Order: sequence, then structure tokens, then C-alpha cells
Amino acid sequence: MKTTLTVNGEAHEVTHDPRRSLLDTLRDDLRLTGTKKGCDHGQCGACTVLLNGERVNSCLCLTAMHDGDEVTTIEGIGSPERLSALQKAFVEKDGYQCGFCTPGQIMSATAMLREISEGAPSYVSDDLEVPKLTDTEMAERMSGNLCRCSAYPLIREAIAMASEVSQ
Amino acid sequence: MTLRKPLPHDSARQHVTGAARYLDDIPLPANALHLAFGLSPIARGRIASLDLDAVRTAPGVVRVWTHADLPSDCDCSPSAHDEPLLSDGTLHYQGQPVFLVAATSHRAARRAALLATLETLAETPILTIEQALDADSRFESGPVIWSRGDAAGAIATAPRRVDGLLEMGGQEHFYLEGQAAAALPQDDGTLHVHSSTQHPSEIQHKVAHALHLAMHDVRVETRRMGGGFGGKESQGNALAIACAVVAQATGRPAKMRYDRDDDFIITGKRHDFRIRYKAGFDEDGHLLGIDFIHYTRCGWAQDLSLPVADRAMLHADNAYWLPNVRIESHRLKTNTQSATAYRGFGGPQGVLGIERVVDHVAHVLNLDPLVVRQRNYYAPSGSVSERTSGGAPAPCSAAPRTPGSISEAEKQVVPDPEAELTSRGGPQDAGAAPAVPAGVQTTPYGQPVEGFILHEMTERLAERAEYHARRARIAEWNAANPVLKRGIALSPVKFGISFTLTHLNQAGALVHVYHDGSILMNHGGTEMGQGLFQKVAQVAAHGFGVPLDAVRITATDTAKVPNTSATAASSGSDLNGAAVANACAAIRARMAAHLASVHGVEPDAVRFADGRVIAGKTTMSFAEAAALCYQARISLSAAGYYATPEISWDRMRGHGRPFYYFAHGAAVTEVVLDTLTGENRILRTDILHDCGASLNPALDVGQIEGGYVQGAGWLTTEELVWDDHGRLRTHAPSTYKIPACSDRPDVFNVSLWDGENHVPTVGRSKAVGEPPFMLGISAFLALSDALAACGDAYPSLDAPATPERLLAAFGSLRGTGG
Repeated sequence: MKTTLTVNGEAHEVTHDPRRSLLDTLRDDLRLTGTKKGCDHGQCGACTVLLNGERVNSCLCLTAMHDGDEVTTIEGIGSPERLSALQKAFVEKDGYQCGFCTPGQIMSATAMLREISEGAPSYVSDDLEVPKLTDTEMAERMSGNLCRCSAYPLIREAIAMASEVSQ
Repeated sequence: MTLRKPLPHDSARQHVTGAARYLDDIPLPANALHLAFGLSPIARGRIASLDLDAVRTAPGVVRVWTHADLPSDCDCSPSAHDEPLLSDGTLHYQGQPVFLVAATSHRAARRAALLATLETLAETPILTIEQALDADSRFESGPVIWSRGDAAGAIATAPRRVDGLLEMGGQEHFYLEGQAAAALPQDDGTLHVHSSTQHPSEIQHKVAHALHLAMHDVRVETRRMGGGFGGKESQGNALAIACAVVAQATGRPAKMRYDRDDDFIITGKRHDFRIRYKAGFDEDGHLLGIDFIHYTRCGWAQDLSLPVADRAMLHADNAYWLPNVRIESHRLKTNTQSATAYRGFGGPQGVLGIERVVDHVAHVLNLDPLVVRQRNYYAPSGSVSERTSGGAPAPCSAAPRTPGSISEAEKQVVPDPEAELTSRGGPQDAGAAPAVPAGVQTTPYGQPVEGFILHEMTERLAERAEYHARRARIAEWNAANPVLKRGIALSPVKFGISFTLTHLNQAGALVHVYHDGSILMNHGGTEMGQGLFQKVAQVAAHGFGVPLDAVRITATDTAKVPNTSATAASSGSDLNGAAVANACAAIRARMAAHLASVHGVEPDAVRFADGRVIAGKTTMSFAEAAALCYQARISLSAAGYYATPEISWDRMRGHGRPFYYFAHGAAVTEVVLDTLTGENRILRTDILHDCGASLNPALDVGQIEGGYVQGAGWLTTEELVWDDHGRLRTHAPSTYKIPACSDRPDVFNVSLWDGENHVPTVGRSKAVGEPPFMLGISAFLALSDALAACGDAYPSLDAPATPERLLAAFGSLRGTGG
């Protein structure tokens, strides 16, 4: 079957098996290999992308369900010459070890910072009207992105740094 | 100066933009084949019949292999040649590869693999320690026993005694990038293999052996791994060999990567242990005699289990002087995944054993466990009298062995070219006994404990973390709070650095200086996130006095540096850094000699600094110097080599100096435990760790934080569960809980000890990969401390201390007072 996706601002028509995941479409059909396959069942977060601006695990999305949707991957938020604020902060803070989870962490954090700025509460929010980016909020909201090297302290520092820059 | 700077990882910009290529991201030619294994559905038995017709005719399938179709056994073992790539008819564990499918896509191969009709003759599997002991199912002919003094006598006559049992689970590596390999056939019958491996030379050797090729026919390349943690020391062999078989047979490139569930089910994990202990001590808590029995489930194949179990024995003392000690180690063969290397390599299991004993002793005496720890620490070098130094070589014994056991293999003088020479599972010759300086205590295996700095480190950490004040506050808090209980513990680590298989402690490097002054560097170590490439590049830049960006880091490649050891045993920087330093020194000396002769100065007076070369009154850029040397026909390329000095080990006697030095560290962890649910959190962790004179403090702190969290994960949330049929039921992150961002301690203070290695290593630094893993033990002991506030009895907590297990322990403590 055929599906049209806008990926990083560019329209693509892909022909695919109806069971194909968005992750496989991105990696294998569009060769956007920055999005990683860690567990392939929605537990590790390495495949996080933005779908119409919301973060999703692309391994749990069927390509067939997203005709006409907009997808942003790690390749779409910056380049080595023009890094986004979060990408810069991860470089500055060295927020990784092996780097395999990093694209997912950055995509997830990109959406997470916007969710907070738009006032979306989490279950650890003290203030349901105006949640703030506390350390507890960050830990809770980023807990869907596993880092087996446990570079968490520096990941949290990097996100906090990017948040300050954007404010 | 590029040494000792907190520089980021080498691929920083590639990581944050998704440009960093891992194996599965490497573009392959369009005709590449994708592979999948068909797996054994039972833990033990035989294949009655195997019908693969439906597999062969499935869409996309190109060819299918069973054991009989392979060019050889295609042995995957790093030690005992006991792991045929595909079952030879005998089924040893649930998940063992039985047949191999090559298809035009990954999905087609996996779907086809499910279509086989496999009938089996099931036998009762050997799964537990009891079952293995009953069946005498083990590696080696009997337990390995090392001892010093008279442990039984010392325990019997001691004023006080404890005994107990500690169970500790294994651990899945869960490298976020799963196992993967690819093989590209070349036009002359040779193979170019990409492998996500910590040990390219082993992949090269195993592929060559499987296909009856020479090692020079196989080139293995590894740019980076998405995590290794020991899980890619031997467990990648099967995938690389499978790819090579397919590539050779079909002439097409072949790639294999395990789906996450398959990765859990097929590959080995950390060894689980049961440790039985008896200890005798005086009223002050001094350990007078101690007896350990280690039981470990090694799984179905030998893999690296013998050196893992050895290292557990070698760390049964951790940081403590044990005058009378006996350690008995049973390496049990079970119908489970073949347990393998995992960060610490048995060391953490041995350390947890003695830390439990010290904790138990303190509880019995109603003393602060930290006080008992400090009383039993090894004495600082030169501070002890002959009487307590154990200076004479310790009498050690080993269990009787039958001919053909490992002891026979180890006696051979001429190495067997078929043997796993570059693997930690390989054969070892006996080494000489170490000289013991006067007034220095020795480990149970006779190594002098020199440069022991845990007294000072512990004092400083306890002060910084306000250990004593907080302990008092926690006692008050616990008295006032019936449901939530807090606990605190300080635990040290002393970890031996070097491969215990002495000959592996060598490394090579290849350094080129081009005539534009750029430098290309290659060495035998692999990058898995630990920052090795950056550290070694810093060594090279330092060697030429140039900025770091003058040095290009390249993928590990067996065609550039041969006969390398695994990047393991925390040895990566020590070995490869030294080899690179030696290569740089050789080139630099040639350049200096030439420039000195041209400018009429002594070679020693030629200086390389800040990107410039100064010879007498002449100053030139490094690039100009390189061009001048090139024009004068001076070689600007060198192979560097390093072999760790002074080490020697007699494994059978359990005696020698297996380690070049020890790395130290200590951690204080405070936890809170909900006694109604077992839920718990780490409130605060303070760590002081010894990296010698750190080559890169930022990378080292990252290793320490990561090691601690991973160690705490091992002992708290990470639980492997096999059912009665031997099926692993926790085979994905949905059922196997590794630490998440929210599991990090709320307060996490990590600092480096300000010192330098007492032996000459690169820049006087110390290895850092594994030692901090054992700092996670303080989290486990803190949970035990919280439980101890709930009753009078000793909690005797097993690991992992899941909420379920904590609740059960609380249930049995309640009613014992408190």
C-alpha cells in the first residue's frame, strides 16, 4: 500500500506492507538511520520521533495510519553545523556515553520542554496549572527513554541547560 | 596539554545529530541477505526430526542451513570448543540456535524461521544449583579451592561466629544496540566483517576457524558499539560466523541482528551466585577466619565462566585483610544461556559476598558496619609487622583433578593454534610467585597490597557525606516513623586491574603522521561509550604537543593492529594508551633526531608543544616539521606496542600477582523504604573514586555515575526469571527493569580522589570501567540497613532486592522485636 508522509519538511510517498512500523519506514525506506531501534516494542524510547509535533515511539506506530502526517526526526532538528539548543547542550554537557539512545533522548526532550511550556501537567506536578521544569518533573517525564550507560545525570543537566537557553 | 582535560566524547556532534553510524546503520549493497536463527523450544533434549520445507519455500528465503550443511562445527566458543553454531542434534537450552535462514529482508528471515516443524525428545533440564550439584553437572572435575592459613581452626576458636547464605541474581547486559554483524565477501575469497564487538581479533579468529581460512583472510572492523558491558566480548561470535558462512556460500553480503527478545533469549548474562559463608571474629569485629563457598550457574557452555569464577574468588577479600581464609568455587553446568562476561567479570559477586559478611558481623556486634570495615581494611603499605603481613608465600591448594581437565590443557608448552589464544577463556601457563616487600600485607592469593589508599578515602568520604551525623539522624527518624524506614551504608571497593590471563595484557597501535601535520591513529581497543577513543587521542595529541583536532580517530581494524585483546577488564586505556604513547614516542624521536641535526642542537632539546616544534632558535609549526622530515626521508609512521610489566599468575595454585595495581573507591548511599509496599528510593549518594591522575575527569565521572547506577540496578530492580521448563520469562524491557532517569539518586555527589597511580601507567592514571560498578553495593546494603530497623534479627536480604523480596524480608523480620 502507499502512504504519504511529510518527513523533516519533505513529502515522501512510500510503498509498504500494511504491517510496517513507522520506525522501519524511516530507517529502511527513507534511510533516516538517526532514529534507533532499541527494543522494537515501545519500552526503551530510542525510536522517539515527533508526530505532528507530539513525541511518539515510532516502533509502535503503523505507517499506514499516518497518511498525510508530519514527522520530525533527529535529522530534522539540526545539523552538525546548525545544532538545536538541546543538541548544543548535549554536546556541551557530554550527555551520553555510547550515544545510541541520544537521538531518542533529544527528540523526547524537545517535545517535553514544549509540553511543560504549554502547561501540560504530569503526575508529579505540584501545580497542575503551571508546571515547572523541576528535577523531579524531568526525571518523570524522561523516564520513557532508557540509557543503559546511565548517563542520566548529564542528560538531565543538558536538558536543564537547554531549557534555560530557550527561556 | 591535552591530558587530564574534561573533553567530551569523540563523536559528540555525530551522536546529537543521529549521524553516528552503528552497525545496523551501515548501508549495504542491495543484494545483501538478512539472517535469522530458528531456536530450540526446550531446555534439554534431542532433535527427533526437523522439517524445514515450509521455511525454504517461504517468501524471500534464499537458503537454509542446519548443522549438517555448515562447512565445519562453526564453533563459537571463546574457550572450550563446545559451542557449535547450530545444534548438532543435542539441545542444551531454550533459545539455542538450531537452524539458520538467509532471506532478502530481516522480516522475511524472521517470519520464515517460525515455520519449521521441529519435533524434540525432551529430557528433564538441569536448571538449579541443587539439580546441578545432584547431577554433578559442572565444568572442571571438582570445585576450585584456594586457601591461606587455617580457616576452619580460626573460625572454631574465634570468640564470635556468624554463618549465612546469600543469593544474588544474574544481569542482562541490555546494551541498547543489540548484537549485530555483517560480512562482505571480497573478490579474492576473503571476507570483510563488521561486528558490534569488544573483541575484533576473536571474531577474526572464530570466523577464520569456521570457514577454514587463515586469519589474514578475514578483516574485522568495529567503529563503535551502542554499549557492550562485557556482553559483546564473546556473544557476537555466533552472528559474525553466521554472516561469514552465508557470505562465503552465496557470494552475497550478509547481515544479522538479533531482535531484542531473541537477544535476551539467546545470549549469555552475568553469572548468578549463591555464596555460603562462615566467619569467626573477635569482639571488636576483626575477622579471624573466613570460609566461603561460591556456587555459580554457568549455563550450558564453558564460555568465560572459569575466569569469571576465578575473579569472584580473587575479590572475595575486597578491601579486607583475611589472615585465615578458604574459598571453594563450584562452576555448575546448567541448561540455561551460557553466562558470560559482564562489567566486573565475577568481581562484583565476590565483593558482595565479603561485604555481606562484614555487614552481618557488625549487626551481631551491634557496631556501625563502617567501623568494622575500617578495622578490617588492609594496612597501609609498610605499616605492619612481619607477624601480620602474611609475607611468606601462602600455602594454597587446589582440588584433585582428573586427566583431560583444564589443568592438563594448561600444562601445554607449545600453544595449539586452534586454541583461543586471544580470549580470556584461553589456556594459561603457570607464573612465578611475586616478591613481597617487608611490612606489606598480601591478598589471599599472595599479591602484596601496595598503594592501598582506602583508609584516607573512607575518612574523607565519611566526612564529606556527613556519614556519622546522618546515621544518627536516620536512627532517630526510624524510631519516629513506623511505615517508612531509612537506611544508610558506606561500602568500599578495591578492584584488581589486569587480565588474569597474563598474556592478554598487551596491546598494539599504529600511528601515522602525514606531511601536512595531521595524525591518524589506530589501536586495538574498541569504543563502546566509555570514551576510550577520546582518551587515547588525548595521549597521541599530548605525545606530539598538538591540539586534539590534529588527531583523527579511526575504527578498530584487525588489518591495522593484529592480535589484540578484548576491550575488557577495564584495561582499554591502560593498554592501548600506552601502545599509542610508545608509537608517538618513536616517531617523535625520529623527527627530533633529524631536526636536531639540521639545527645543530641535541635531540633532547627539540621541543614539541602548542602545535609547534622548537629546535634551538628555530620555531616551526608541527606541519612544517612533518613536511621537513618527509622531505628528508624520515619515516613518519610507527607501530607501538605495550605489555604490562611485573604480573604473573599461577591459576591452579591460586597464587601470584595477577594484577598490576588496584583501583579504589567508596560510596555512601541513603535509601528510604516503604514497609507496606516494598517500594524504595535512593535519596542520596556520595562517591569518592580513585582514577589515579585521571586522563579525562569528565569521562571518568561519567563512568563512575553509570557504573554505580548499573550496579545498583543489578542488586535492586533487575531480575531474571526462568520458569520450571528453563524458559527465560523476562526477555524484554517490559518485564526486565533497568534503571530509568527517575531511578537516579535524588542527590548524587561524585568526586575523584586527588592522587596518582603508584605504578607507572599512562599519565599515572587508573582504569575506571569496572571498579565503580561495585559501588552500587552500598545501595543494597542501605536497603538491608533500612530493613534492620524493622526487627532484631539480621535481615539476610537476597539480591536483587526487588520490592517483592523486600516485603518478604520485612515480613520475616516483623515479630523479631524492633
